[in-house]
Amino acid sequence: MIEIVNLHASVDGQPILKGINLRIDAGEVHAIMGPNGSGKSTLSNVIAGREDYEITQGDILFQGESILERAPEERAHLGLFLSFQYPVEIPGVTVSNFIKTALNESKKARGEEPLDASTMLKKMREKMDLLEMDKGFLSRSLNEGFSGGEKKRNEIFQMAMLEPKLAILDETDSGLDIDALRIVANGVNALRSPENSFMIITHYQRLLDHIIPDHVHVLFQGKIVKSGDKNLALELEERGYDWIKKEQA
Amino acid sequence: MKDRLAASYWLYESQYAAMSSPAVTERRRNAMERFESEGFPTVRHEDWKYTSLKKVLKAEYALNSPFSEADESETLEFKDIKRFLVNDIDCYRVVFINGRYSSWLSETTHRGFDVCTLGSAWKKYADQVEPHFGRLTQDLGTTVQLNTALAWDGLYVNVPAGVTLDKPIQALYFTTGDQPVFNQTRSLILLGDGAKAEIIERHQSLTEAETWTNAVDEVFLGANAHIHWVKLQHDSSSAALTQHSVIEQKRDSHATVHTISTDGKFLRNNLDFKLVEPGAEARMFGLSLADGQQLVDHHTRVDHLAPHCVSRENYKGIFDGQSNGVFNGQIHVHVDAQKTLAFQENDNLILSDKASIDTKPQLEIFADDVKCSHGCTVGQLDEDALFYLRARGIQRKEAQALLMLAFAHDAVADIQHPSLQAKLHRLIGKKLGVEMA
Repeated sequence: MIEIVNLHASVDGQPILKGINLRIDAGEVHAIMGPNGSGKSTLSNVIAGREDYEITQGDILFQGESILERAPEERAHLGLFLSFQYPVEIPGVTVSNFIKTALNESKKARGEEPLDASTMLKKMREKMDLLEMDKGFLSRSLNEGFSGGEKKRNEIFQMAMLEPKLAILDETDSGLDIDALRIVANGVNALRSPENSFMIITHYQRLLDHIIPDHVHVLFQGKIVKSGDKNLALELEERGYDWIKKEQA
Repeated sequence: MKDRLAASYWLYESQYAAMSSPAVTERRRNAMERFESEGFPTVRHEDWKYTSLKKVLKAEYALNSPFSEADESETLEFKDIKRFLVNDIDCYRVVFINGRYSSWLSETTHRGFDVCTLGSAWKKYADQVEPHFGRLTQDLGTTVQLNTALAWDGLYVNVPAGVTLDKPIQALYFTTGDQPVFNQTRSLILLGDGAKAEIIERHQSLTEAETWTNAVDEVFLGANAHIHWVKLQHDSSSAALTQHSVIEQKRDSHATVHTISTDGKFLRNNLDFKLVEPGAEARMFGLSLADGQQLVDHHTRVDHLAPHCVSRENYKGIFDGQSNGVFNGQIHVHVDAQKTLAFQENDNLILSDKASIDTKPQLEIFADDVKCSHGCTVGQLDEDALFYLRARGIQRKEAQALLMLAFAHDAVADIQHPSLQAKLHRLIGKKLGVEMA
């Protein structure tokens, strides 16, 4: 699905990613863990196409093709999705209008017919039920005045509507209480299939109790320094990151 | 130009006098004398510091007068004006062509209240016109004085106490013909105690020749009267408008004014509120979308003259190309106006290196128990928000437009009619270069 090859990226001349190698195949769930400042969010932003970062070396191949020259919207059209750590509040744009625009833009780019209003609404209702969301949600301004949990649930709702091939969840668990965490995890699990993949970026192991990863990687100082299965996450939960830092020192 | 304008008054003074009462004539004469001695304002005047009339004054304008015959080219048919109307709202319609009332295109009424033309009211409703005409404008600047001296027509509305208008009023001022033309339009709006009215106003040039409309409006609101006034400024790129509107508000009255400025070469808006009795509330919203060489200038002034009054002001501006914006918001809280609530906000987006905005809040507070706040911002589109939308698959241009619409949202949110809202969205979308659903 995605292959990241010796990826180096810097911001304002400051190197952040220093040679990332990662391959995620269709149907797989990978978790990226690591202490603060290790480059986790940079990695997700770079994959999604944020222009503030300079790629100094390496490549990102999505379904076999380099996407480095692609605009963020083109990457979205290809089937990439980033659930933001800090979703932006946009007063005056309703959730339903936003999703409608986003979904139909992607369809247009792929040469597909846009969804008609009733099919769209039906699909929205279905996904909202899955995420135990209130119907009034659709007519609210995008993320405006949303609680932390509502913002994250809204991200997962968008993901469910857009049905991406690769979804990157950037700290989706932060700011969620236990119930919200369960709902979000249920949403993700319901979308898992042999055709699509997930990259879950998180500090903590607790989300991984609900979404069982196939692989766990530890990012530290801009590199993946350790990889393993779900037991690596448990070990990190127990022992913290200090032993990794010591190993690298 | 000044001399020609003065001549066009003195030459016809006796005819102006014959049109109305001696008291009105005296006001006209005083106004013309002031205009003659002071002339048009220049950038040396504090109020015109950032807005030079020089360019507007350059053209060789034809001057209209009530005593000249209407030009053949001034005739318009309904099909010519249809697209400028808010069609799906049933309205009273008062239409002017080059400052002259067009009964053919208008739909006025005198049943229970008057929605008609000031030109017909001078004599017929002298008892209403005389005590009001010029009362709120005598101390204002010389463009207003010029209007007081020369204007003879515009919207006239008189709603007796307790009456709510059954439908809104559309006031349309068209300019047409092959040569540059300078029009004066004047409106007088009187709402009795508890009366309610809604006005949608548009100045529209139908010619490529340069046009300049100098408009003055006086509005008197009785106790608990309500007015909602929407000014659509979507004029042609050769049109200039200078407009000064003054609203006097009695006890517990409400006034809401929306000024939506999307097109036109030169737009200078003055909007003044005089809150003379307790409990009055004034609300004003503005949205300016400018590009190219456009100038959009908003000067607002609220005088809190009585206690317990409220004023709320929210102006948004988006400036692209080499456009210029000016915002000057004056709030004067006079000595007796305790418990005043006054809020002012002016937010701007600058989209190009060559666009500019000069924004200046100006609060003068002489009472001690008041709540006043003001804020102004000048910024660019939020890159985080733009990336968020693009990461969801929305094209850059659409994403920018969506953010600009969202930015503008507050300024248009309070407009009641869905069809007017839709029209506004279309106008805004057209301006931003995207199809709005």
